[in-house]
Amino acid sequence: MSPALTNLAYIVAAILFVFGIKMLGRAETARSGNRLSALGMLIAIVATLAQSGLAYTWIAAGLALGAIIGVLAARLVRMTAMPEMVALFNGFGGLASLLVGWAELEKILHLSAPVYFFHNPVVPTFTWLAIALAVAIGGMTFTGSILAWGKLSGKFGSKAVVFSAQRIVNSLLLLAILVAFAGFVLGSGILASTTVYGLFLGLIAGALLLGILAVLPIGGGDMPVVIALLNSLSGLAAAAAGFVIFNNVLIVAGALVGCSGLILTIIMCKAMNRSLPNVLFSGFGAVEESAGGDTITGEMKAASLEDAYYVLEAASSVVIIPGYGMAVAQAQHAVKELGDLLEANGATVRYAIHPVAGRMPGHMNVLLAEADVPYEQLCEMEAVNPIMGTVDVAIVIGANDVVNPAAVTEKNCPIYGMPIINAHHARTVFALKRGKGAGFSGLVNQLYFLDKTRMLYGDAKSTVTGLVAEFKSAR
Amino acid sequence: MDLVLLLFILALAAFLGFELINKVPSQLHTPLMSGSNAISGITIVGAILAVNLTEGSMALVLGMLALVLATINVVGGYLVTDRMLAMFKKKGDDHK
Repeated sequence: MSPALTNLAYIVAAILFVFGIKMLGRAETARSGNRLSALGMLIAIVATLAQSGLAYTWIAAGLALGAIIGVLAARLVRMTAMPEMVALFNGFGGLASLLVGWAELEKILHLSAPVYFFHNPVVPTFTWLAIALAVAIGGMTFTGSILAWGKLSGKFGSKAVVFSAQRIVNSLLLLAILVAFAGFVLGSGILASTTVYGLFLGLIAGALLLGILAVLPIGGGDMPVVIALLNSLSGLAAAAAGFVIFNNVLIVAGALVGCSGLILTIIMCKAMNRSLPNVLFSGFGAVEESAGGDTITGEMKAASLEDAYYVLEAASSVVIIPGYGMAVAQAQHAVKELGDLLEANGATVRYAIHPVAGRMPGHMNVLLAEADVPYEQLCEMEAVNPIMGTVDVAIVIGANDVVNPAAVTEKNCPIYGMPIINAHHARTVFALKRGKGAGFSGLVNQLYFLDKTRMLYGDAKSTVTGLVAEFKSAR
Repeated sequence: MDLVLLLFILALAAFLGFELINKVPSQLHTPLMSGSNAISGITIVGAILAVNLTEGSMALVLGMLALVLATINVVGGYLVTDRMLAMFKKKGDDHK
């Protein structure tokens, strides 16, 4: 295939990516949008393979191995484990971009730089810069995503880790990376090639370390922001790799992902009323349980399943507010069954979803969709808050900070100003909770101390199943 | 290709990315993210070109590793997104 034809195919692929992302933004078209973008990817791959002089045996083997692993991973993953799966895939993409940059450097060193740049008439400094960027961003994305994967799947513990000299260590590391970066970009062609190679390896090591140190102080509840940001970075890494090998489809697709990921990151930050630097650097949630305002009066009152059943049986409108606890307990199917029984009993049932509930943007929506909850029943926070006052019962399932009224009333509490779902406006609140501990932010939730609130302690799934059983036995 | 032209493409694509996903309903945030994550696997094209027998064994090893990882990212990313989106149903849509 001639280079012109290849580039034409790349243009088609880029157009399909744009349409694909656009269509992913609407529920009706999302699935076909994803398929369109997959078609674009296929076209880009085929057009690349159609170039002559490639090592086809090796390429076929690599594609087959990757495809088998990818298919198995995508088929076998449980829906509750989706956040960590996305993080893992994202990390692989970042590492791949790093390796593409590195492989091109090996190619340049193998041919020797003067020969390479004789055949590729580009500005050498720019190629060094692009390689350094692809490696630095790709490396950060890789280790950051792997750590996020570990935190999300509970392998490393999801708490924010803050140590005393963190700022100093991070600053020194950043400085070292900048030195290696500048030395590599400006020194290539001047310094001895072993020195340049050493700087390059140092840059990789620094970037890998930075990814770990950047995600380490970020706690579980801030993960939606981190995942969206890492997604954006993997796009930028791909775009940088595109500049290394002068490939326009890498640049276009990488820039699209990089910028749309950034928008999503900003949306997530707004949903928590915090700035991106605050999320990244504050070590939020590392503080031990604080009082969160001195105005807490009363005590947490437990209720039995039977009591809860009588209240729910009489309710004519119910709002279910799910959180990460529902995902942990894998209670989504039981919750859907309870919702159906309430509807059959004549109540209006809505699910109120906070934008940052769970560990990934839109996490709760995916789980409830898995349980076949029709998406018309899923309400966004802005839609449900005005009618909260007319709701008979709000059932909070494993959500905590997103329903804490202190965010509205307590000026000095750390989550002040974060938009919440106004569960406290409902006539009765049932809060399903494993124990009496505080939430991710370390704050005591004032909602639990209200007179109208009853606690249903225990695993969310067994509690909901218990309520379902109460309904069924009453028939 | 001309460097300036590529920078031009970069700038336009970046702005397009900013404009594309404004006002996406929150229920689609996860599929959007995992779908665009699959697109970032476009680096697979670079990986294919990097797998080369004539330029030293180190380049071959790096290229192969990149190719396998990028393929996992692409194939897994699209399939997972499709699986998620298949679950989003309207009421009474169960028979499809």
